Amino acid sequence: MLEGVPEVSRAFLPRDVLQRLLDALTGGDFLCIGPRLKEGVIVYEPLADTATLPQGVHDRQAPGEYRTEQVSSPRQFAWANGPQALKPFLFAPREALWRVVRDAEGRLTFREVQPDIKPIAVIGARACDLAALALQDSHFLAGAYPDPTYAARRENLFIVAVHCSHPAATCFCVSTGDGPRATHGFDIALSELDDGFVAEAGSVRGKVLLDALGCSTAAAEQIAQAEDEIAHAARSQSRRLPGRNLRDALFANLEHPRWEEVAERCLSCGNCTSVCPTCFCSSTSASASEQPSLDASHAEHSREWDSCFTRGHSYIHGAVVRSDTRTRYRQWLTHKLGSWHEQYGRSGCVGCGRCVTWCPTGIDITEETTAICGEAML
Amino acid sequence: MNPHLPWEAEVVERIQESPTIFTLRLRIVDEEARKTYRFAPGQFNMVYLYGVGEVPISIASDPQDTSLLGHTIRAVGRVTEGLSRLGVGERLGLRGPYGRGWPLAEAEGKDIVVVTGGLGCAPVVGVINYIIMRRERFGRLTVIQGVKHAEELIWRERYAYWNTLPDTQVLLAADHGGPLWPWHVGLVTEVFDQMEIAPERTVAMMCGPEGMMRAAVRNLTERGLAEDSIYLSMERNMQCAIGQCGHCQFGASFVCRQGPVFAYFQIKELLGVRGF
Repeated sequence: MLEGVPEVSRAFLPRDVLQRLLDALTGGDFLCIGPRLKEGVIVYEPLADTATLPQGVHDRQAPGEYRTEQVSSPRQFAWANGPQALKPFLFAPREALWRVVRDAEGRLTFREVQPDIKPIAVIGARACDLAALALQDSHFLAGAYPDPTYAARRENLFIVAVHCSHPAATCFCVSTGDGPRATHGFDIALSELDDGFVAEAGSVRGKVLLDALGCSTAAAEQIAQAEDEIAHAARSQSRRLPGRNLRDALFANLEHPRWEEVAERCLSCGNCTSVCPTCFCSSTSASASEQPSLDASHAEHSREWDSCFTRGHSYIHGAVVRSDTRTRYRQWLTHKLGSWHEQYGRSGCVGCGRCVTWCPTGIDITEETTAICGEAML
Repeated sequence: MNPHLPWEAEVVERIQESPTIFTLRLRIVDEEARKTYRFAPGQFNMVYLYGVGEVPISIASDPQDTSLLGHTIRAVGRVTEGLSRLGVGERLGLRGPYGRGWPLAEAEGKDIVVVTGGLGCAPVVGVINYIIMRRERFGRLTVIQGVKHAEELIWRERYAYWNTLPDTQVLLAADHGGPLWPWHVGLVTEVFDQMEIAPERTVAMMCGPEGMMRAAVRNLTERGLAEDSIYLSMERNMQCAIGQCGHCQFGASFVCRQGPVFAYFQIKELLGVRGF
């Protein structure tokens, strides 16, 4: 038994068995979602055939930069996350909350909207995104008003994780404690080798499915190689946040000159909040959120993702609390790495590095945080 | 259960309080919902105007009567402008009540100081009326309010009436007075000197512009009031009212859930820091 590895028997799935896994999930009424290369980017889309997986695709990420390249390799999961997280499958980017019907006398009837929610199986989820999923769960499900559509989608979610073996240069999940190994929140977790996958079950239904595939137990060398690749992935990360609880350090530095300096580079575009797997803000106030019919007989009330980088986010009748980029960036960072501890018992950052890669001006959360909280924290 | 779903409500009465301020008295149409509805002063409802959207509005009426809910509103945005044009019999959407109200149970038997400024008086007028209607349960009541221009003060005759009641003192201030303004002309904090308080048995409740509230907190704590005896009603962008949409966060607090009424010590770290 390897140190630090939970004692579970692991199976070895030859590469062609992955298709049978997909078929079994599809047969079990799941819509399979998996990675594919689309317009040069790894995205999660419906997946029916393993031939559409991004075989031999590697990615190169840097602050403000993302490129994929094709190499000769049998591997289908040898890349780090693209911009898309699991978030949109559970917390929809836009969704109707209710409809109201208005009769000729002006009386109003409010009706629930029943979205068509199909069970989803995600293939290829990474440890950082599973950590983010747990955070979204605490936001949307644990409070006094659990979100009904998030709950319905979450209940039906099946997750096949793939331990990350190829983190990007922008990744820092080791420093947040969330990766590269997936340790919780999956039904099945895979480690990819050249000729197949070392598989472990994380739930009863995951074990039932794995057993049904009838695969042999993984050999000690296969397990050792899988562990080696995860350990190597951990060692290869060079970015890090200066400590895991930065709440006090951030709030002690609210007037640090670095906020002004980063605001000069920040476009306040909201890319970081869109790609962030834990950001949860949504708006019902945008004019697009309220769609009345032309004949004034009914209207639909929707919510859509919002960002604390917009002007409307902090609007209170006739005034805006955060009218400049400095206060918006500060709100985002002090919330993500600070207030989150009080709200959900941990930092809101899982180290996926998406906000670094997808920032058009390459602002690096680890660099800004280190500058603001001080090297002393390192 | 969909927590976003409003009930239908009917405008039973509409009162024009000033050129831009109006009061709507609303009745929830569904009998079951109306009967089970309960609120505490300081809580708010989400009020929905057909085809336009929702806004958070504090409940200004007395909690004993939930058959008619009073909302005093200033017409400033798309929704409130539209609400101002509704007439008696017209319908809107309503859900609530939300948030934490004033600490009235803890305040019983104590002296009360209510401080308000600008046009933020609706949430505290509710609590003043509550205390006046249950006068024997509370000690001395001091009402302090500041406005920019004398003519901005609504409910002038009510303030005058309260000032005639035993054990009740009203102190008003306008930056710019005018003819027939019998109260102080100048900053609201200047009238604090005329207040007589016993700090150890006083609870302060305030609502209004944050600069005014901070000045009032400074003044009251200098007079010996404890930080956990001072309560502030905060205003942020409350859209969902159930702690999910993220807009009303003030540091780690969701104003719609942990507020809108906070004890001063809960929020003092960030109060007055621009951008929170």
